[in-house]
Amino acid sequence: MTIESLIKSRSELTGAASAKCPIVLMTRIRLARNLSAHAFPGWAERDERVAVLADCRNAIAATAPMKRSLNIAVEDMNPLQRQILVERHLISRELSGSKQGSGVVINKEQNFSVMINEEDHLRIQTLRAGFQLKKAWNAINALDSTLEETLNYAFSPRVGYLTACPTNLGTGMRASAMMHLPALVIAGQMEKVVRAVNQLGMVVRGLFGEGSDASGSMFQISNQTTLGESENDIIKRLHSVLQSIVDHEINARGKLLEADASKLFDKIGRAYGILQNSHQMSSSEAMNLLSLLRLGIDLEVFADSNRATVDRLFIEAQPGHILHAAGKDALESSERDVLRADYLRQEFASFDSPNFKLNGNN
Amino acid sequence: MASPLKCDLCDNSATVHLTQIVNNKVHKVDLCEACAQAKGVTDPSGFSLADLLIKASLNPNQDSAAHRALRCESCGFTQGDFKKHGRFGCPQCYDTFSDMLQPMLENMHKGPVHVGKVPRRALDRKQLQDRLTKLETELQEAVKAERYEEAARYRDEINEVRQTVS
Repeated sequence: MTIESLIKSRSELTGAASAKCPIVLMTRIRLARNLSAHAFPGWAERDERVAVLADCRNAIAATAPMKRSLNIAVEDMNPLQRQILVERHLISRELSGSKQGSGVVINKEQNFSVMINEEDHLRIQTLRAGFQLKKAWNAINALDSTLEETLNYAFSPRVGYLTACPTNLGTGMRASAMMHLPALVIAGQMEKVVRAVNQLGMVVRGLFGEGSDASGSMFQISNQTTLGESENDIIKRLHSVLQSIVDHEINARGKLLEADASKLFDKIGRAYGILQNSHQMSSSEAMNLLSLLRLGIDLEVFADSNRATVDRLFIEAQPGHILHAAGKDALESSERDVLRADYLRQEFASFDSPNFKLNGNN
Repeated sequence: MASPLKCDLCDNSATVHLTQIVNNKVHKVDLCEACAQAKGVTDPSGFSLADLLIKASLNPNQDSAAHRALRCESCGFTQGDFKKHGRFGCPQCYDTFSDMLQPMLENMHKGPVHVGKVPRRALDRKQLQDRLTKLETELQEAVKAERYEEAARYRDEINEVRQTVS
């Protein structure tokens, strides 16, 4: 399939409403793999990268989950198309800026993507809406085993899968969840949570990974270490850390409601009003307002059927998606802010009105 | 504690002390104010201790001339390149630089040995390769000692293994 048809079709993150749930937006697992007889992408010469790219693209396209897929070299995508894939979490920023001889294969459902010649020869990734660590692991484990049938992986019985950076050595696995933690942010407890999570050997990052900010109260939490512990144990440990963060967030929400429910509902109601009526909106403001609406859905101010819309808009309000929807390829950010406000006004024109009565607060 | 701790990244005195416990192992990083800021230690949204531990564990007394001269036969990568990039050149580098790597791994990870998934074909290949290397040494020794009957047997076995590999 072509890049444009992939962009037009609904992705795992913008479609599958059934698996949506409060707090955990999506689960992601990636495996770093390399071919035994080749230099790592960062050290390889151009010709070697090109050869590895061709071999891997063929091998990946031949697997069952990737039968209907976009199979493309990075240099064959324009900057806007790359940005859209980054915003959908299908490729990394590093890949989108890589030199010649890199590529990606993404299936039609957009829940599998395999990056070629990023930091490692292969970065196999699966995305699942909701809190689905076990399912995600089973899916990616199967794809990895199928690829191993035709590709010669670099592996040492002693230290496991060999990766360009020793921080990924061993399982080569990074499992993560994207969490929506507005109450912990409002209550000023995030710093404490980050410290506690770090002590448990897990890492907290912003929405788009390393160095990105946490607008919209979105955080990615993942395992830090990859060697000396099996995939199942890493997943079990991560699962229990995530579960306890979910509990803390629920707790913090209860406390906010108890302390001053009208303050919280005021924020949610105003966010709704702004999204319906604004004419200029930056992407970080959009993230923060959408975050409040998502919280409103969790608190039953809005019906649960609106969750899919809000989760979709978290992605569609990003700069690349706004430009693409308007049929432009580059604009000043002030012009983009007008388009974004237009887009959101249209979406929210038909959105349910808030119902604060359920919560005993007229 | 007479002399104040020095920052792991520069030579200023350290005022930020981080402790992380992974699998009952204590990892410590000491930083000065400026490096702590630069590394985002005080920023709740993104900070990974692992990156710091890599640099902190590359301790200078290992940096002897012999180590610096070490060069990966397969890709030409040197220890200096690793210091610069923080990444290796090819899978073979893990053998070449294993002495330097071992203490780093213990600091960085839960344990120094892989306990997870094993790719079946890669393992078979590795075992065959190891067997081939062993047979070739034995063949040479047999020839040297003029044990020709034995040498012929090794040669046949080597041919057999070679056929399975290809």
